[in-house]
Amino acid sequence: MGLISAVATAPTPALDERDRALLETIRNGLPLVAKPYAAIAAALGMSEREVTERLQALLGNGVIKRFGIVVRHHELGYGANAMVVWDVPDARVARLGRRMAMFDFVTLCYRRARSLPAWRYNLYCMIHGRDRAAAEANIAKLIEACDLRTVPHAVLFSRRRFKQCGASYRDQPTGNIKHGRGR
Amino acid sequence: MDAVDKRILNVLQGEFPLSERPYADAAARLGLNEAELIQRLQRLLATGVLSRFGPMYHAERLGGALTLAAMKVPPDDFDRVAAIVNAFPEVAHNYARDHSFNMWFVLATETRERIADVIAEIERATGYRVHDFPKLEEFYVGLRLIA
Repeated sequence: MGLISAVATAPTPALDERDRALLETIRNGLPLVAKPYAAIAAALGMSEREVTERLQALLGNGVIKRFGIVVRHHELGYGANAMVVWDVPDARVARLGRRMAMFDFVTLCYRRARSLPAWRYNLYCMIHGRDRAAAEANIAKLIEACDLRTVPHAVLFSRRRFKQCGASYRDQPTGNIKHGRGR
Repeated sequence: MDAVDKRILNVLQGEFPLSERPYADAAARLGLNEAELIQRLQRLLATGVLSRFGPMYHAERLGGALTLAAMKVPPDDFDRVAAIVNAFPEVAHNYARDHSFNMWFVLATETRERIADVIAEIERATGYRVHDFPKLEEFYVGLRLIA
């Protein structure tokens, strides 16, 4: 909890073509079959052992952040999603960001560049709730617990989601293995 | 979604075995069998509760770039602009939000330089300014219980 990952400055690990082919193949998901790594290996002409060793290394160097399920909050019944933005003095922002990230209802927390004069806010957190009232109660809790009454902020509830898909790092998907859901 | 589904979502958020039969191993931890777990994951994907079952990539460590961008769009022009923005393959999420900055989207590109190009292209295609809010620091939130 509360760890900072200084992503902007982290070095880019060296990836070879086989790593990239592997990442591209599983980009949209792991095959939902009993031996998924063997299936990936067969599709790529690798051994199963090479696939799991490369995945282990990619997890180790942080290219793969985590492996598992990616949920859609709205479909889970979290109907309200509020992006709350704060204008925090630069000297205080790291400490406050770490603190906010510890609350269960905060699902993302970032420091971002301001765009003055149009946009003064530099700390962002995403807060989910069953409905608006629940999300607002969580925001009030955060203000109270982190002593934010005098910190300028704005609450931006989402009205509509137009598009949600995984970020792709290649424009042309190649050789994707079919899994449980067509895309 | 029943109690078993919720348990699957909570337990499989963080990690998944790199073993020969990973679904069987994960199922054992959940008190299920392999076929049941695979079936339930298929259903959760089909109903849209899960957007994916697999890896989450760190775009920057892949040499790519991500940013959050926002626009102020007059309400009567909103749908036209949304259609243009969503047609860009670099736009990963797009949300309408309650604020004068009413359109918020994530851009994901293969290179950092490409972010500025895409922003310029969107500005040209829509006629509105795009504000870029690059991430300076991420505060790790850990795993979140679903229910």
